[in-house]
Amino acid sequence: MSGTALDPTTAATFPMAARGLMGDTQLRKNVKHATDVIQAKRARVVGEMPDWQELRESGRRLREHTMRYLDAYLEEFERNFTARGGVVHWAADAEEARRIVVGLVKASGSNEVIKIKSMTTEEIQLNKALEAAGIRPYETDLAELIIQLGHDQPSHIVVPALHKNRQQIREIFKREMNLPDLGGTPQDLADAARLFLREKFLKVKTGVSGANFLIAETGGVCVVESEGNGRMCLTLPETLITIAGIDKVVPRLKDLEVLLQVLPRSATGERMNPYNSIWNGVDPARNDGPRAFHVVLMDNARTSVLADAEGRQTLNCIRCGACQNACPVYRQTGGHAYGSVYAGPIGAILTPQLQEMKFAQTLPYASSLCGACYEVCPVKINIPEVLIHLRNKVVVQGGPFKAEALAMRAMAMIFRSERRFRAAQRLGRIAETPLVREDGQGEGWIGWLPGLLGGWTQVRDLREMPKQTFREWFEAREASGNAGGER
Amino acid sequence: MSRAGVLAKIRAANGGASTLATAEAAWGEIPRAYRRTAEMEREEILEMLEDRLRDYDAHVVRAARADVADTVALMLRTRGRTRMLMPEGVDQELLPSWVGFAVDDPGEPLPFLAIDKFEGVLTESTLAIAETGTIVLQTVAGQGRRALSLIPDYHLCLVRTSAVVRTVPEAMDLLATVPAFATTFISGPSATADIEMTRIKGVHGPRFLDVVLVID
Repeated sequence: MSGTALDPTTAATFPMAARGLMGDTQLRKNVKHATDVIQAKRARVVGEMPDWQELRESGRRLREHTMRYLDAYLEEFERNFTARGGVVHWAADAEEARRIVVGLVKASGSNEVIKIKSMTTEEIQLNKALEAAGIRPYETDLAELIIQLGHDQPSHIVVPALHKNRQQIREIFKREMNLPDLGGTPQDLADAARLFLREKFLKVKTGVSGANFLIAETGGVCVVESEGNGRMCLTLPETLITIAGIDKVVPRLKDLEVLLQVLPRSATGERMNPYNSIWNGVDPARNDGPRAFHVVLMDNARTSVLADAEGRQTLNCIRCGACQNACPVYRQTGGHAYGSVYAGPIGAILTPQLQEMKFAQTLPYASSLCGACYEVCPVKINIPEVLIHLRNKVVVQGGPFKAEALAMRAMAMIFRSERRFRAAQRLGRIAETPLVREDGQGEGWIGWLPGLLGGWTQVRDLREMPKQTFREWFEAREASGNAGGER
Repeated sequence: MSRAGVLAKIRAANGGASTLATAEAAWGEIPRAYRRTAEMEREEILEMLEDRLRDYDAHVVRAARADVADTVALMLRTRGRTRMLMPEGVDQELLPSWVGFAVDDPGEPLPFLAIDKFEGVLTESTLAIAETGTIVLQTVAGQGRRALSLIPDYHLCLVRTSAVVRTVPEAMDLLATVPAFATTFISGPSATADIEMTRIKGVHGPRFLDVVLVID
């Protein structure tokens, strides 16, 4: 994958992108290894929780509740955050969010920022906007650093560089950090990142982060992480700018007792991730943390998702990535095929909705509907249900004359009448004749079908239709008087 | 600027504006059938905490109050750490008098570059959660501002056994009773699994974590 940003408005369709990536055996091996390891770890720590299903149910209800009263909770958050010395900004879309952040960084007097891993900033391609304004962003999460130095794109919500193995990472670090003698163990690579970033942590005056949760009751912000880079960015700069989707709010501090149990176990297969920070506004009296703290509350089409009765459960997502690890499609293609920073099953429903169904319309089809994603989701988002709902939207949007809509209407017409159904079967037998080839056993097979139907025969042969249907056989049997006397 | 527009769209999507009062009433209806507390012997809970901390590669020792100073001294010797820092307000009785600790004075806080020169930090803690192997620190006396337990390479943390709970909900209940100071949950030394999902101990936060369970 090149440095081209994952932009759903310009990305190739999923089948096109997937075909190319399926040829990259190294990538497939890396993705399979990483997702196998996370799934095994997750299964172990989920298995030791006797109340896992109760936690999932509470998680689901809590997220549904929050979305139902979202306006009241956002206003409550704003009030409490402001009372504790923070400043709230509202952004209707990505463009406005970028403009606000660039303006705040400039006002902080800094021409560089340290960044915590944030999918929201990836969603709005913030780094590109910062660079265009002459501001240098330093990604500080190890995986994001690998992506940034490798001029690559994230392929997973939680482990964005999961498609790279240690040798590939070593090559990137050797080249970009100018370390010709760098060792090849994961420990060597982590040490290199520690040294590379330490000076930045201690000197850069402005930090940019996302948020895992915004707590309405206290005006607090919660960030969940592993490496301590998050704590560095939250604690050491003079100015902190946090960008969060409006879906990130939770009603009360107490609600974290559910979310902080289900998130780490689902995301990285840990009982708890190494660091969770929960803090409120600014605290100059204790010299603790930044002097200036801004939160940008961003819509960027989340309200249009909220307006769709069936699609809105997508907003309940807490970004754990468990559905990606469990998905048989993602595990084959990796994340880049989805043409969006949100890949895998959640990406297949979130991305087209965030694009208001104008782009990424092949993504709802990037699934076998096996339901593995639903089973592992810590807040019970019924992803298969939303996938089908979005497929329907795509077809309806395509208009009544789109091939799929026409085909389905023709099928419906045929199935409604016995006469038409029989005629169609006869017609099929005649139409297939020139395509059927006999194998050694005298069985007929079709190896090629024309047009849209060709998708089926690309990877498998189709058996020829039987010479006689069941009804024909049954009727012939009666007519010849062989029906027997035992009826 | 966009505030009114975003809120209006939310209200349209939800079929009207909601009030905090109705939201709070509905919040009470959310089912919470998960475990809040756990019937478990005190000793079992402490053993669970020790086990889970060790699982994260933390070093854990239990000590009676009178023995804590010796235990701390031994840990520092084993780790070879002499230039130690601590926040203001740590219980002096728990410290070895023959080891010098620099104190971060809230009136004249150390610059970050100066904190980076220390070999380690000693702090107390607010509480610990056995089931997840988590220690909770807050910006209060004895625990200090967040930078102190973050920048040094080594963290020695004192945890009172009376402040150990079993479950996350029990911990959140306790946190709801104290003022909302900045709170950090620490579960082992800093770590990453970003390279081939192999857990590597020690990235940007402290690479080494020692815990003394103070029996009280």
